Amino acid sequence: MLVTDQERLKSDIGKWLERYGRDRSALIPVLQEIQKKYSRISEYGMQVVADQLGIHPVEVYSVVSFYSFLDHKPKGKFVIRLCRTISCDMQGKARVAQQLKSDLGIDFGETTRDGKFTLEWANCLGMCDQGPAMLVNDVVYTRVTPAMVHDILEACRKTFGVYALESKHEEGHA
Amino acid sequence: MADTVDTSRAPVSQTGHVMPPVEDEGMIGARVTLNIDGQDVKVPMGTTILEAAKKLGIRIPTLCAHPDLCEAGLCRICVVEVEGMRTLQASCAYPVHQPMKIHTHTRKVRQARRHIIDLMLSHHYGDCYTCARNGNCELQSLAKEYGVDFFRFGHPDKPLYAKDESSHAVIRDMNKCILCRRCVRTCIDLQEVGALEAIERGDKTKIATFMDKPLADVVCINCGQCINRCPTGALRANDPTDEVWAAIDDPKKHVVIQTAPAPRAAIGECFGLPAGNPLTFEMNTALRLCGFDKVFDTNFTADLTILEEGTELLLRLQDALKTKKGPVFLPQFTSCSPGWVKYLEHMYPEYIPHVSSAKSPQQMFGAVIKTYYAQLNGIDPKDIVTVALMPCSAKKFECNRPEMVDSGYKDVDYGLTTRELAKMIQEAGIDLPKMPKSDFDAPFGSATGSGVIFGATGGVMEAALRTVIELVVGIKVENLFEHADIIPVRGMEGIRYVELKIPKVGEVPALLKPLFESWDFLDGVTVKVAVAHGTANAHKVMEDLKKGGPLSQCHFIEFMGCPGGCLGGGGQPIPTTLEIREARARAIYSEDSAYPVRKSHENPAVLHLYQEFLKEGPCGHLSHKLLHTHYTPRGKYIAE
Amino acid sequence: MITPNHKAPLTFASIELDAGLKAALAKPRSDLIAEVTASQLKGRGGAGFPTGVKWNLAAAAQADVKFVICNADEGEPGTFKDRVILTDHADLVFEGMTIGGYAIGSNTGILYLRGEYTYLRPHLDAVLAARRQKGLLGKNVAGKQGFDFDIEIRMGSGAYVCGEETALIESLEGCRGEPRNRPPFPVDTGFNNKPSIVNNVETFAWVTCILVKGSAWFKAIGTQRSTGLKIMSVSGDCAQPGIYEFPLGITIAKMLEAVGGVGAKAVQIGGASGQCIPASEFNRTIAYEDVSTGGAIIVFGPHRDMLAVARNFLEFFVEESCGQCTPCRDGNPKLLEGVELLEQGRCSMRYLNELASLGETMQVASKCGLGQSSPNAFLSIIKNFKGEVMGRTQGETH
Repeated sequence: MLVTDQERLKSDIGKWLERYGRDRSALIPVLQEIQKKYSRISEYGMQVVADQLGIHPVEVYSVVSFYSFLDHKPKGKFVIRLCRTISCDMQGKARVAQQLKSDLGIDFGETTRDGKFTLEWANCLGMCDQGPAMLVNDVVYTRVTPAMVHDILEACRKTFGVYALESKHEEGHA
Repeated sequence: MADTVDTSRAPVSQTGHVMPPVEDEGMIGARVTLNIDGQDVKVPMGTTILEAAKKLGIRIPTLCAHPDLCEAGLCRICVVEVEGMRTLQASCAYPVHQPMKIHTHTRKVRQARRHIIDLMLSHHYGDCYTCARNGNCELQSLAKEYGVDFFRFGHPDKPLYAKDESSHAVIRDMNKCILCRRCVRTCIDLQEVGALEAIERGDKTKIATFMDKPLADVVCINCGQCINRCPTGALRANDPTDEVWAAIDDPKKHVVIQTAPAPRAAIGECFGLPAGNPLTFEMNTALRLCGFDKVFDTNFTADLTILEEGTELLLRLQDALKTKKGPVFLPQFTSCSPGWVKYLEHMYPEYIPHVSSAKSPQQMFGAVIKTYYAQLNGIDPKDIVTVALMPCSAKKFECNRPEMVDSGYKDVDYGLTTRELAKMIQEAGIDLPKMPKSDFDAPFGSATGSGVIFGATGGVMEAALRTVIELVVGIKVENLFEHADIIPVRGMEGIRYVELKIPKVGEVPALLKPLFESWDFLDGVTVKVAVAHGTANAHKVMEDLKKGGPLSQCHFIEFMGCPGGCLGGGGQPIPTTLEIREARARAIYSEDSAYPVRKSHENPAVLHLYQEFLKEGPCGHLSHKLLHTHYTPRGKYIAE
Repeated sequence: MITPNHKAPLTFASIELDAGLKAALAKPRSDLIAEVTASQLKGRGGAGFPTGVKWNLAAAAQADVKFVICNADEGEPGTFKDRVILTDHADLVFEGMTIGGYAIGSNTGILYLRGEYTYLRPHLDAVLAARRQKGLLGKNVAGKQGFDFDIEIRMGSGAYVCGEETALIESLEGCRGEPRNRPPFPVDTGFNNKPSIVNNVETFAWVTCILVKGSAWFKAIGTQRSTGLKIMSVSGDCAQPGIYEFPLGITIAKMLEAVGGVGAKAVQIGGASGQCIPASEFNRTIAYEDVSTGGAIIVFGPHRDMLAVARNFLEFFVEESCGQCTPCRDGNPKLLEGVELLEQGRCSMRYLNELASLGETMQVASKCGLGQSSPNAFLSIIKNFKGEVMGRTQGETH
């Protein structure tokens, strides 16, 4: 990591700590902010947060590794999380999963080489009556079919803006 | 006591789990009657079921519970049945506030315990035969007690994790880990180091360092307290026994062992004796039988340390109070505990100038043996192998510090822990407690009571005060403190603070004449000292110093990395509890009082060394070369 | 935003906004709690602890600061009612939290929203802003002098176990979501060691309804031990999956009729941690005293492979266990291995019995409710579908 990147991260962390307070209960909100902006929580970031909160880096790592939505490994711009829990499973998530793997050329738990997509499993997204469901970043897609996968990915590829994606989604499946 | 320093929570290490506070004030002191397995017992509100059962002599098995640590209630081996409750309750973590009927070994309970043991064994890889904890493993004992005769849920036939052997001090084998998290609570709560935590979740949960790096690459102070509290062989010390045997077997090698005071007070525990039975002189015989060529007493260099470190303190005081030259770094910190030193290097590197530059007794000894002793006996230092018997795992790291080669060779070749030496003695077929007593070898055999008490928290401070007071005031310290026992610095309280007014000053003794004209600068001065043991307490002291709190007014602070001081070191026999540490402390203090010479500056061998070898006296040129060192600012950050 | 497909309007839709809060603030605190207690409302998240009793304990606790925490970490497989309630009736939930704050003497409410529902955040923030605007949050709530109350939203980060109230509190405190030992309970020692009530989204919404319509109305519905209405999330092999409102005490058969699931071979009630009820027991009732649930109903049609269902649930628990206690962390993988053996037709009856007994240990010896309920589905499937799961030949699926 370049020094300037480290400095930017450090100053962001300082800013977020001002917002959420400088005690341990600020830890997860700050980690969420780092994850959102930097698509990962780096080793350096964890150490800065630990230092600022007066806890040990290993405690921060422990928390990061506990939660599915926090990760120290770099993630793609678009994190696709396909629900694998029972109702979505019964509604055909396996075929959607296969199509996602084919279209992205990666397996679950991996990120495409261009850094655009990360493919992950999710546990119950709370869309059990409209499965198979998946999240693309914060946007939820329901009743996903293998045929829809391509369109969703294309929409992502065309833009890095989540809002564009959202509007597309609204008209498509809302 | 410094009244503004919060020591109320300091000795978590020392008091063990504190019962949850009783909320309702009217309830304080209230008691509640429990019926356990048909017997009634009255206990204070908030007592755990486990403690209550103990009062009745009912043993409930535990794994994650440890008297030095906060309750966790996660291994679930201690579950009991409480009438009226659907689920079983973890007795170690259940504080009672109302009468209850409890059953500790119903079918449901026995079955649950058996299942828990079977589950642990289902991913516990490794043979008991090849384990450092064979015969002293809590999982092994439980398997025996619960009649495990086959692996109900299987048993791994290959390791799941690679061992981490990166550290000079601590080896981690996660294949043997049962995730009781005692090491985590030790490292974070008891020691404030934070090398270990649980990571991931579910079936992927494991204990790891920051980013799962090798232990040698993270902030670990090598104190080994995690080893002392590990119920299995998942954590053990890096054992150089084979190398030591090889040196003994090599006829060309002159193998010298120095033994520290704390192992002598504890090694009997490895031979079935209760804690508090020192075997100092039996051990000397055993060591010779093992084949060591010379058996020396580390107390000799402990006394030497007092003269060097004490002189250094007096020099700092002279600079601060009289010459007022340059920046003077006070309080001075002790440097004998390598766990503490590395803690400071990581967490408070800006305070390094405060640490005495005097080496620890172990390292002084190595340097003296490979120079003075070699010269004296006409032995080529390259043929000398110096072994140090220490209560400590961090000493293994210390002797491998790159700067510890001032003799021109590695000053100390191997650090052995008490446990490792006990194994060597057993391997040699020696029944240690039955050995005849024999003395240490000359010329480093003479020691004083001051050297002995280095093994207990407060001991270095007491030894230093005995010497400094007597040298400065010019009257026998026995006239100031009965039997020269400086009681206020003793004990197991986490942080202790003592003030001593210097009533008058005497003549500067000849030994120190080159450095001091007179003691006038100390006349009427109130010397303020503090003692802290366990790095969690060190952390509290350092935070107080950073804030400019009352402890920042101290002149001298003794820090020991381990709870109880060296006697509670990471190389000492397992288990460890406050009672055991107190018993060891009693053994050490009684040994001290039995010594004819009680003060370091009266050790004839030390005085002889200054006459014959370190001719410029304490803190002289040669002393500086051989007996002093420097430290490495390490910091908390690890590069990505 | 996804529109939930209601089958019939929920009672929540008929409740006049802020009437409940006004009714609550007009009462002395003790009367308010008495009203909630009288309704015999029990926690709608699944555990079923009487809400009034919980509030009473927290109200009695002496502390300078107390917290009202709304558990919106809806993660139980098959459950989505809280998402719908927060989408359509967020005001009722916030109103219920405010009522809770008044009842126990708290100034701070926290909604712990699961990370998967991040898309609800802008909507919820807007609702909160509007409530502040209307004086329903902030200083002197709804004109009640001396009662200050506000609500903040904290996001989860993807951990099912944080739905357990003490794990949720740990998570709020910046720690791993690992359940605590109880006692002490959150009503004494909750968030930041302060007395805290943790209630489910739906529970707070019902509190508001009870304040509007009265505890007698609520108590008249349902059974003696399970009063009132319950929102159910229905999914699986049925004609009309979605959100339903049923009185507690309804039989499973009747419910299946309503959702178009007649002919099912089994119903999973209570999500992954619930029970799998075979057709022969469809006359049982949904109630705390019979088949208890947080609201997840998953219908399994005649063609479903029940062993695959067991596998799916166990895979879920293997991953979502917090990993702290031995029975849950190490037990679930063993049960999953057992399913694999069954799939291969290599599980002896003796070993299956051993696993069943392990499951019973997990039910009684795990540290938290989630660990205790994790083997439920496995146990009920191997009990009720023994013929289906035993003696399989390679590669066979049912």
